[in-house]
Formats: sequence, structure tokens, C-alpha cells
Amino acid sequence: MEPYTASEIMALTAGSFVQNNDILFAGTGLSMLAATVAKRIHAPDAIVFFETGGIDPSLAELPLAVADPRVMVGTSVNSCLADALSILGHPKFRTIAFLGAAQIDCYGNLNSTMLGTYENPEQRFPGSGGACDAASLAYGIIVFMQHEYRRFVKRLDYFTSPGWLSGYNSRQEAGFLRGGPMAVVTNLGVLKFDDITKMMYLDQYYPFTDPETIASKTGFDLDISRAKKCSPPKEDELKILRQEVDPQRLILGPI
Amino acid sequence: MSTMTDKIMTARKAVDTFIKDGDQIALGGFTVNRNPMHIIREIIRRKKNRLYLVVHSHGQGMELLIGAGCVERIELAYGGVARFAPTGYLFKKAFKDKTIEVEDYSNYQMTLRFMAGAMGLPFIATKSGLESDIVRKFGFSPQMRGKGKIPEHKLKVIDDPINENGGKVVVLPPLNPDVALIHAQYAGEKGTIRINGLSFADIEQAKAAKTVIVSCEEVVPEDYIRRDPDRNSLAHFIVDAIVPAPFGAHPTACHMYYDYDPNHLNYFKKVAQDQDSFNRYLDEWVYPFETMEDYLTKVGFKDLLKIKANSALGYAPGLDRR
Repeated sequence: MEPYTASEIMALTAGSFVQNNDILFAGTGLSMLAATVAKRIHAPDAIVFFETGGIDPSLAELPLAVADPRVMVGTSVNSCLADALSILGHPKFRTIAFLGAAQIDCYGNLNSTMLGTYENPEQRFPGSGGACDAASLAYGIIVFMQHEYRRFVKRLDYFTSPGWLSGYNSRQEAGFLRGGPMAVVTNLGVLKFDDITKMMYLDQYYPFTDPETIASKTGFDLDISRAKKCSPPKEDELKILRQEVDPQRLILGPI
Repeated sequence: MSTMTDKIMTARKAVDTFIKDGDQIALGGFTVNRNPMHIIREIIRRKKNRLYLVVHSHGQGMELLIGAGCVERIELAYGGVARFAPTGYLFKKAFKDKTIEVEDYSNYQMTLRFMAGAMGLPFIATKSGLESDIVRKFGFSPQMRGKGKIPEHKLKVIDDPINENGGKVVVLPPLNPDVALIHAQYAGEKGTIRINGLSFADIEQAKAAKTVIVSCEEVVPEDYIRRDPDRNSLAHFIVDAIVPAPFGAHPTACHMYYDYDPNHLNYFKKVAQDQDSFNRYLDEWVYPFETMEDYLTKVGFKDLLKIKANSALGYAPGLDRR
């Protein structure tokens, strides 16, 4: 038993990708934690904004939804969807979006819409929301996933949000001006994308697992040759996450 | 001196006057915030059906309308009630049982479509969604396309018609709903609307719609709301009906007035799991209460005080949201 949970190391690891002047597009759940904790630990000037229009809120209390009234307090501007979503693609800003999904393929394309088809639906997820917009327009995206064989798939049931499409230069050729997934943070480790092929590889694995386990939970061939063991979360960082960011463990869940 | 106008009316009168079976309706608010719940409950009481919802990210109100059998089709970007229902249970069930027809877009796409409708644009373009199944797969059948309010094309991917090196773009049809339902904090007696906090896409939805019904926390004298016009959201003549409805967004939040109600939303999460218990919810919470007074009596003082917003913060600090 580790002295931290998977959701805690996920939030802290994802947060470590944040640079001090980044403009962060945060969704619900872990992405809210990652953005909030990064601001408290090492990137105090990073700006968090929500697709609903809350621009740089104080986040004194953790919002549970992008439309939570807690994203409307201490903001620089309270605006609207049109305004917030137009920030995503602004070439002047390094906008990083945190996204989750039900399925991901080896190029970081995401499904958050359904399993099966419209004709024969098997499962329904909420849909794109702003995810497709962020994946299309932002400078980069960081994806949160539960690392399960059925979620890391060869072929998405539904392609909601564009990653590196079919690899190499396909994203640029399709007409996108920038963007693409930078990393995938799972409950087992961190995956990145090859500079040339844009195919996913294992970059780091958490202390409580190993590369072979991760490969066995991945539904496509995963390059584990570059994998390094990730160091455990620092105590002071855990303390901030637990005591300041999510004291009710609304998102972190039970220990 | 402004005078009272005949725009001020009950939810019943607004729904009877302005909403018909089969109408295309834009719901204001976003997941757990400022859903026009009082009007929505009245729509259910009046048994409106075959409604065609157009929304970005909805929401508790959409869940209720779907569960009550009022909805035939939806164009949407997101169907969920945040952590209380990451995917709306009733939306999910209706989708899987194919009792509703669904067309998927993104939030930006839906927002742009309302904006195009409001501005009278024939279409609007974005880079969002290229190569995705949003541009490749279709929820509405080809036979339905072009009929009634269903656009001839879900969207089209074309070469940038202006910039030769611009690559592909997605062009989207505008939306001009029959009715927009909005819940706001303030309405002047003549219809000037003030939304506090985030406006989501409510303003675009209202401007795009043929008819606009606004429920509000408070109706204030028109000359009062005009003393500070910088803060106003919609001009009075855009609004057709004003429905006074304190706590009218409950159990969703209304910035500066009240938080979302975790007790109610957690309870709803349980009852939404099957149709029988959801029907009992309607019998218990929707059908008996035509007025906000009666509905709020049912909610009770204790729970209302728990969610009452702190006037410095706009939400209820320390609220137990588990």
C-alpha cells in the first residue's frame, strides 16, 4: 500500500507539466485538481480558465463543474462560452487543455461520445462538450485516462476529439493550425508521443507498477523501451493537494 | 416612470402562450447552473411533447424533460450534470433505447451556431472538429434532413473559401430556435435583462430565438435596471415573457443568489436510475407545484438556507457537496 492514491499522483504529475505562464483550459474532475495544484505549487502565475467563461478565478473552493458558481469569483472577467472558447485557439497564447475520455487510440485521438453506433448504441457518454474544440484549437492537450485495456483501443468507437490523427504530419495536413496531445496521464504512468511518428510510448511508470503491466493493459502495441520509473509524490505537495485543494476529497475520492 | 407591462406573467401563461408541441427550444444555463427549471417543470405539467432541444452543455433541465417524455430530438454538445451525473442518466437511457434522436456537435460549434442565428449569418466557419466523427457521422437520418427546423446539412467540410492556404474548414448551419428559455437574476418591468456571473450562451440563444421567455429571481423597476445599463445583458424588446421565479433555477445554481443543491441532485441521481422511481419523482416534485411558493415549501427552509449564497462570494462557502 502506497502512502498516496492513484488520483493523487495523477493530479500532481499532470500539474507538473504546467509552466508558469501557461493558460490552462480546465475541465471537471482531475483536470481541475491538476490546474489548481500546479498554481499552488510551482506555477502561481498560470492562468486557469473555463469554457463557460470564468477567466482566472480565485478557486478558493474547488469547483465541481465548469459551470460551478465557484468559477465566477475573483475572476479577471466573467464572460461566456464564445469568449472563453475563442481564447483556446488564439495564436498569442500557449493554451494547454486538460481533457479526459472514455477511449484513446495510439495517436491520442479521443472518444467521449459513445460505444457502438447511432444505429446500434451500446453506451453513451456525455459527448464532446468543449473537448473537441480544445483538441482542435489549443496549443496542446494533456489527457487523463484510466489505464484499462478496453480504453486504450486500436480503433475508437467514435472519434470525438482530434489528437495526432494518423500520425506523422497528418494533423497539419488535415488543416489544423497547431496543437496535438503532449502527454497522457493515467493511473499507472505517463505516456508521450514520438516526435516523428506521433505514436504513443510509455515515458514514465509509477513506483507501484511496471512497464509490462502497463503494456498488458494497453489495447495496441506500446513502446516501453523508453520508460523510466517516476519518483513518488513529495510530502509537501501531497499536503497541499489534500489540505488546500480538495479537503473534502470531492474529486480525489477515498484514500 | 416605467409602467408594468403585460410581459410579466406566470409560468403557466408563458408556456401556454408561447410553447407548442414540436417546438425547437434552446435551454439556457449550463449543466448545474441557471437552468430555467421553473419553466421546465411547467412544460412537463402542461405535457408538451415532441420538443426539439438545441443546447450546448445541458444539464438538469434537459434530464427532466427527457425523463418526462417531452423530447423527440436533441442537437447538443454535452449531456450531463457534472459530478452528480457525468453522463445524464435519462439522456443515456433515451439514447440507448433510441427514444430520442441525437445529433452531436461541440460546445464551440453550438455556440457559433446560436451566434450565427442571432447575427443572421447563412453559415459560420471553424477549424474545430476537422477529421472527427462529429463531421463524419450523423445521428439524424438523411430522410429527416431539411424538414421542419432540421438543417439540410449537419455541417460541411470545405476548403477555406477566402484564404488559398487556409486548408479545410467546418461550416455550420445557424440556429434560430422557436423559443429560448433563460433564467436570469434580474428583469426590468419592460424586459431589460441582467445576468450576473457567466452568461454561458444565453445571450446568443435569446437573440437567435423567435420567442424569448425569461424567468428571474427578481423583477425590478425598469428605471432602476437602466441606472446601470453597462451591466445589462439583453435589451427589453428582445424579451417576450418575464416570469417572476425566486429560486427558479433550483436545484441548479444562480450566482449571487444560491448554490446548486447537492442534497437534491444526489437524490435525483438515485431516482433517475429507473423510470418508475423517476415517475415517482415527477409525482412528488413536479406535478403538484404550479407556483414557486409551493415548490419551495416542499424544498424546505433548511435546504434553502444551506444553499443560500454568501453575498461576497456568490456561492455557499463550506457547503457539503459530497
